[in-house]
Amino acid sequence: MDTFAQLLVGGLLTGLVFALVAVGLTLVYGVMDVVNFAHGEFLMLSMYAALGLALIGIGPLLGLPLVAIALFLFGIVVYRVFIRRLLAGPSEATVFGTFGLLVLLQGAAQATLTSDFQSVPNPPLQGTIHLGPIALSQATLVEGIGALVLTASLFAFVEYTETGRAMRALAEDRVAATLMGIDVQRVNGLAFGIGAACVGAAGSLLMLSYPVYPTAGAPFALTAFVVVALGGFGSIQGALVGALLVGLLEVFGGFYLAPELKMVPVYVAYLAVVLLRPQGLLGRR
Amino acid sequence: MEIDGLAVGYDGMRALQDVSLRAEAGTIVALVGANGAGKTSLLRAISGLVRAERGTIRFDGADITRTPAHRIVRRGIAHVPEGRRVFASATVHDNLLLGAYVDRNAAHRKARLEAAFAAFPILRERLEQRASTLSGGEQQMLAIARGTMSGPRLLMLDEPSLGLAPLLIPQIYAGIRAVAAGGTTVLLVEQNVREALRAADTAYVLQTGRVVLHGAARDLIGDPLVQEAFLGISAA
Repeated sequence: MDTFAQLLVGGLLTGLVFALVAVGLTLVYGVMDVVNFAHGEFLMLSMYAALGLALIGIGPLLGLPLVAIALFLFGIVVYRVFIRRLLAGPSEATVFGTFGLLVLLQGAAQATLTSDFQSVPNPPLQGTIHLGPIALSQATLVEGIGALVLTASLFAFVEYTETGRAMRALAEDRVAATLMGIDVQRVNGLAFGIGAACVGAAGSLLMLSYPVYPTAGAPFALTAFVVVALGGFGSIQGALVGALLVGLLEVFGGFYLAPELKMVPVYVAYLAVVLLRPQGLLGRR
Repeated sequence: MEIDGLAVGYDGMRALQDVSLRAEAGTIVALVGANGAGKTSLLRAISGLVRAERGTIRFDGADITRTPAHRIVRRGIAHVPEGRRVFASATVHDNLLLGAYVDRNAAHRKARLEAAFAAFPILRERLEQRASTLSGGEQQMLAIARGTMSGPRLLMLDEPSLGLAPLLIPQIYAGIRAVAAGGTTVLLVEQNVREALRAADTAYVLQTGRVVLHGAARDLIGDPLVQEAFLGISAA
């Protein structure tokens, strides 16, 4: 029973971090129908940015807003100079274009930052917290709670602000949204920036307990694609539900099957959803 | 609004040729014609969704021929597109607020919401429902109400009675008349020629992209060409 509770909490906390990575992906897909294959590389850049700040004395938590803002601006620039042009082309253009961006960013990181694993020196939050029978590392707890707060904030933004409402309108009908006076390019750019800011925040949180290397974003991005497909493309609540499910399956699978088989239940669930409910758990149509 | 010598084409096809039109403030102007006559193209050109090849569109004295579509609403022109195109998964309330996207003044929004409820009372009851749960007639009412939420001086309606039960059409038209009575100019595209000419002050008849006839709506109802072509009344 104690083991079960430990795994349950651990799985949920892991899932929350997956959710924060996945909501950025799903927001961009929902608003402009772009699957950003370079999403994981945005995460890798964020982790390096958090590392860089840590090396000059600004720890990952203090640095989080700075990295999020930097990624927001980076996302807007990438949209303006790159994605916007891809959107004017055939629909495959965004697939190959963002995949090309993935290769470029990984290669650039490898060339300039080496392939070594690098961690934040003397990271904070190394203690363990005991909640009854459950023992959690402080870092894991802070990562999970931070990710939950940020995911909930994004949901509230999309649901309750003027710009969020415009993003939902754009996701549904671009022409009708234009007729409402919504500037598609501006709102697309904002959505892309916000999607990048989400991984900016996630990358900072992850530096509390993970090392960074040029392909560090890839496993998270792969998980995020599974999460988004499970939850329903374009749905933020779906991404949260999908992420918690993936987190639980990974942690329970890792314990009851074998650590190296932890992804098996995740992909079994993924295949089951794709076959039985292809729109995803909370997806429409 | 004044349109002069407007020409519009898509993929080498000419949709409109040398179209000129006047819409006086506060009147209902009907635009009638067969399928493919260019009625929708004219509305799309005014709202900036397609670019004019030649000619000018002036509104309130300003040339808006090359104004981008998302800025047209700010100039005071709202376009309710064919097929309603409400935001199906958003609530009725969110749809109406999206109509007021360009004007965030809370007092304006409140007053326009009340005016919309006065024109279409059912919307008040449906306010928190998703638009997808509305009937076709209610969705059309929502689309028109959404169009009025920016406080436009010109409201363009594309086929507001298309696909609706005949029983509902008088309700839609009562709402349109209520909007016009509030001082908004209405440019009305319709295949339902009889209903449109009855509601309108002036009317233009389009045929294969050209204006072939225009004048007071009540005169056009009696015009032999209109009677024969659209009202199914033989001239003989």
